[in-house]
Amino acid sequence: MVSETISLPKPRGAFASFWNSFSENRGAVIGFYVVLAIVFIAVFAPILAPYNPLEQFKGATRLPPFWIHGADSKYWLGTDAVGRDMTSRLMYGARISLFIGLSVMLVSMVLGVILGLASAFYGGIVDVIIIRVMDLIMAIPSLVLEILIIAVTGPSLLNTVIAITIVYLPRYVRLLRASAIAELSKDYVTAAKVSGVGKLRLMLVTVLPNCTAPLIVQAALGISDAILEASGLGFLGLGAQPPTPEWGAMLADTRDLMQSHPWVMALPGLCILITVMAINLMGDGLRDALDPRLRKS
Amino acid sequence: MIKFLFKRLLLTVPTFVALMFITFLMIRLVPGDPIEVRRGERGISPERLEILRHEMGLDQPIWKQFGDYVWGIFHGDLGTSVISKTPVLHEFLTLFPATIELSFFAMLIAAGLGIPAGVFAASKRGSVYDQSLMGIALTGYSMPIFWWGLILVLFMSNTLHLTPVSGRTDLIKYFYPAVTGFATIDSLISGQKGAFADVLRHLILPSIVLGTVPMAVIARMTRSAMLEVLEEDYVRTARAKGLSAWRVIGVHALRNALIPVITSIGLQVGTLLAGAVLTENIFSWPGVGHWLTESIARRDYPALQGGILLIASIVIMVNVLVDLTYAAINPRIRYGK
Repeated sequence: MVSETISLPKPRGAFASFWNSFSENRGAVIGFYVVLAIVFIAVFAPILAPYNPLEQFKGATRLPPFWIHGADSKYWLGTDAVGRDMTSRLMYGARISLFIGLSVMLVSMVLGVILGLASAFYGGIVDVIIIRVMDLIMAIPSLVLEILIIAVTGPSLLNTVIAITIVYLPRYVRLLRASAIAELSKDYVTAAKVSGVGKLRLMLVTVLPNCTAPLIVQAALGISDAILEASGLGFLGLGAQPPTPEWGAMLADTRDLMQSHPWVMALPGLCILITVMAINLMGDGLRDALDPRLRKS
Repeated sequence: MIKFLFKRLLLTVPTFVALMFITFLMIRLVPGDPIEVRRGERGISPERLEILRHEMGLDQPIWKQFGDYVWGIFHGDLGTSVISKTPVLHEFLTLFPATIELSFFAMLIAAGLGIPAGVFAASKRGSVYDQSLMGIALTGYSMPIFWWGLILVLFMSNTLHLTPVSGRTDLIKYFYPAVTGFATIDSLISGQKGAFADVLRHLILPSIVLGTVPMAVIARMTRSAMLEVLEEDYVRTARAKGLSAWRVIGVHALRNALIPVITSIGLQVGTLLAGAVLTENIFSWPGVGHWLTESIARRDYPALQGGILLIASIVIMVNVLVDLTYAAINPRIRYGK
């Protein structure tokens, strides 16, 4: 007698099922690959970049990129007003922008999770204070609040990160508070409470994992917003200071070259646009895949 | 409703107090006290320093200083600009109409294009039109507007010579008294030929730049609100009755889809004012956004302090108004909380 074993397809893991619904969205997949490419460039900028981004080549200033007549094949995206290689500067710029985006996202998310959970769990005066402070932050237009913080702390890359982190904090706090409050009324939380789970464990182990889907979506979109915000500050001269190759700051000192050498202005902006768009595309896909309730179509 | 109104207003009081406290603290946290900043390079004698400190109340205990500051605010005294020596409130009020005007036209463009785009995309869901419109919206949403502004100036002004590069009006050709502070109205009142058209030509690029992000947000929002509404039973009923697609979408569905859209437009006032800082800088637009960044460059802290206080207060008040309007339209909100 032969016993037959029937082989069933393995049940899909969480990641596989996520990828399946994520990859349905073509835009999201494109965004994802563009983001991967940018991360690759940012990580390996020191190897990939042909030159030091701060090195000035005398006699090679304002060279156009390769598709315009008069280009020098040594500098294939041209050079800026003082003869720095644009390719290298843009590559290092990816590093700075991603650093800003990621650090703002991480810090404001961690702080936001803590404050949001505290607000939902303790309620009462803790909740009132946290929510009032968040309302205050949200009442001041983002860029104006950043200007206020930077006026006090002085313009620098680190202070840019601090200012934007503060500005973005309310998003995470409110999101976490709202979803934690919704979760708290559910039976599994009551069950955990009854079985004597401690408050900290209840917060971090029982409730938090059930709030992660909207959090991940918010985090992805938070990165792109932070990059945009930081480049705006850089453009106003309040963010990263020259000669740092930050995309926004690179734009700021090209305005007098705008007419004669438009690419010096066009390229950094294009980099910001592509990066932010790719992250947003990916974020939209993440939202559709992780949080069907928020599905936009 | 009265109760709701009262509650909502009461909730803003702690926010205002905190706001005053933060702007009050700010000027004290800035490296070097206000006197140091004022002294400049020439320096002043220690005696004069003491007199100045006393005049500015800096020798008082901190709680007394805060009290004086709040007292001043309630009497319309927001301090005096260090550079221009004029009261901050006065300076703000002269510049604010320019920002309102710009924001108004930006919103007009944003809603005027964003709502139809969203409705159209929703009605052709999944089609090439839908995908390309949403692609454009995503681009607008991801746009670094300062760069967008420069690109537009490069093409429209420098290459095609269609629009002026900066400012609100051509000061060499046209001069009219600032009656209302709104260039569009003032130029009409003055009756000068071509002045109004000139003002509009100056307005168009900055409005497009400032309106880009709100337009994208509105288009995306309208589309998703429409999609939701289009699945409702009453829409199916309207269709079954044999109403034209136009009427179903344009009248029955749009009406209900617009409620969240209009609320979001109201809530974008803060975004607009933040965007105005960048836009006004690109186009040398003489509004409060440009003034704020100038104040930083000139280390004019009283101006910065007063300006931030005023802008934040305006945003808080507008948000209250939006909430109240929303409550008036939607009875379900009224008794909540």
